[in-house]
Amino acid sequence: MDKRTEVIQVDVLARVEGEGALYLDIDGGEVKEAHLRIFEPPRFFEAFLRGRDFREIPDITARICGICPIAYQMGACHAAEQIVGIHPDGPLRELRRLIYCGEWIESHVLHIYMLHAPDFLGYQSAIEMAEIYPAIVERGLQMKKLGNDLMTFVGGREIHPINVKVGGFYKAPTVKAMRAWRDRLLWARDAAIETIRWTASLDFPDFTRDYEFVSLRHPNEYPLNEGRLVSNRGLDIDITEYNDHFQEEHVAHSNALQSIHKGHGPYFVGPLARYHNNFDLLTPTCQQLAREIGLGESCNNPFQSIVVRSIEVLYAYEEALRIVENYTEPDVSALDFTPRAGTGHGCTEAPRGICYHRYTTDDNGIVLDAQIVPPTSQNQKSIEDDLLHLARRSMHLSTEDLTWRCEQAIRNYDPCISCATHFLTLHIENKQDANTPTLANPLASEPTE
Amino acid sequence: MTQKPKLAVWKFASCDGCQLSLLDCEDELLAVAGAVDIAYFPEATRRMVDGPYDVSLVEGSITTPHDAERIVAIRKNSKKLITLGACATAGGIQALRNFRDVKEWTSLVYAHPEYIDTLAHSAPIAEHVKVDFELRGCPINKMQLVEVLAAFLNQRKPLVPNHSVCVECKLNEQVCVMVTQQTPCLGPVTQAGCGALCPRYLRGCFGCFGPKENPNTSSMAAQWRSLGASEAQILRAFRGINGYAEAFRLESERSEQQLQSTEQKAK
Repeated sequence: MDKRTEVIQVDVLARVEGEGALYLDIDGGEVKEAHLRIFEPPRFFEAFLRGRDFREIPDITARICGICPIAYQMGACHAAEQIVGIHPDGPLRELRRLIYCGEWIESHVLHIYMLHAPDFLGYQSAIEMAEIYPAIVERGLQMKKLGNDLMTFVGGREIHPINVKVGGFYKAPTVKAMRAWRDRLLWARDAAIETIRWTASLDFPDFTRDYEFVSLRHPNEYPLNEGRLVSNRGLDIDITEYNDHFQEEHVAHSNALQSIHKGHGPYFVGPLARYHNNFDLLTPTCQQLAREIGLGESCNNPFQSIVVRSIEVLYAYEEALRIVENYTEPDVSALDFTPRAGTGHGCTEAPRGICYHRYTTDDNGIVLDAQIVPPTSQNQKSIEDDLLHLARRSMHLSTEDLTWRCEQAIRNYDPCISCATHFLTLHIENKQDANTPTLANPLASEPTE
Repeated sequence: MTQKPKLAVWKFASCDGCQLSLLDCEDELLAVAGAVDIAYFPEATRRMVDGPYDVSLVEGSITTPHDAERIVAIRKNSKKLITLGACATAGGIQALRNFRDVKEWTSLVYAHPEYIDTLAHSAPIAEHVKVDFELRGCPINKMQLVEVLAAFLNQRKPLVPNHSVCVECKLNEQVCVMVTQQTPCLGPVTQAGCGALCPRYLRGCFGCFGPKENPNTSSMAAQWRSLGASEAQILRAFRGINGYAEAFRLESERSEQQLQSTEQKAK
């Protein structure tokens, strides 16, 4: 075994959003390289946002991702509202939390049941899994549907909602329609509890690492839209300071840029990070369930992210219940404002982790500059480090099993490659002489400027 | 026993939302999976079966030389090819690059010209290969997707109306936002499919389903002007999610010329 030499390559990674590949180079029993290669072509959102009216940003940035459009709409709205100096509060803020709960539910349940669980049970897909476990898959589908229906209820439709705008919403729902959600959410809460017990019963590889967990932290709620940026290693900053603390780094072995925490290195965003930094802000039911299944207040095993996602789904249903039971109709569906020159920042907790936005506008609200950092590009370095560590300690596995295990390690992060490839800049690497430069890899994404 | 038809789902430059629509058919998904052999759908399964495929669903636009080759191979391997959504049908929001001078992206100027040419351009699938049916929308309407799949599997014509969003407003008994609130709306020139969603939320249509058949975009622009919309606003409205679809592209170019001549006069 110690002489094992092979290259493991999965050209099209399955059950992730977007197009990525896995590359593992094993030489003489030693893992030399482990990469998540992103070959999806960039879409240049930051470039074409320039010259658009800042009121258009939520509808345009939604199109970065069909799975988490709300993350982009919310980050965009918050940044735009910072520029014009308004702060939607009360029922408008609650509506935003509600639609974000819908997104967490549909995205997390999709991942738990359809993308991640088949790995643990040895199926190629949830559709195959449904032949043996029809009731479980059906429960997942109905839980996911409820998330989509919540997004449709508040936002008009589940993919690229149309009701979100700078200042609030085009039209706010009525109290009567809101209260009608109660029974379905009560069913879903029970289904989420069953989901936690089910995911906790899966077999997890014994794999933990010491991560820097970066997430939002709000004084009195589990973070969705607002908070300070914190970590388990002492980071505690306002979101406007994001670029002072994080940067994209060009690493020698890869064409892709990877986010690092300046002076610290790779970091981890998403459910495990939120959970670690905000366990005390989960509902009592969530905390109790976490203790019951023996998960504790922190989790360093990325394979167990499926359990943490399940706990966050329960949180999202309970938070949605709280909102629909207490909702009052807002006086206006959106706050008024006058465009003005300025720079605004937004940072929210997308299902996969923090998603940072920064926009600068002129006096008329025309976008001069835009920067968007999605969660997947921030997790990329941690994903590759996981692959390296995991492969090194999995040399006893057959090629087939090692390949699957590594794929699973990537899926632990629920990577969204469509998100990670919206970027502005293509970086040219001069491998030849100055007269005939080549594009480093025309098919690789080059995360941000 | 007859073999189930083989279905493949392909992705090019896109947000993933249109193929997600298939997984969002929570009530129909297992039935669909029972009626077809899902032979290639990486977002949903690790199982990847070689072609030929009976039906290929294609999401996304063509933006790289590699993707241009890939779509030709997919076409050869597919009996029927259906495009899903604004990216595959009109180049998508990323086709906004088609209106820009590529030199704006300074790091691109030293690349090989062939890369510049293709990367600078986001093209609909039909610009590269023959397409059997184009399903519109950003995102597509998932019930229309189920209808189109059912139609192709049963060799009949899909029932997908090509009238305007205006007709959907009338069918919904939704009062016109343009007439009653003077809200600029693209409904009269946009193809139906969303169920007149935006007017139902008291906002104007912004063209997710692209131009309807024979739209009178110039008259639409004139109506917007009479409602007080600026020329820049009209330009941006047509140059949006479906900005590279021919009718919208031509109108935005007219608007751009208007804007430029006004600016020159001002100088």
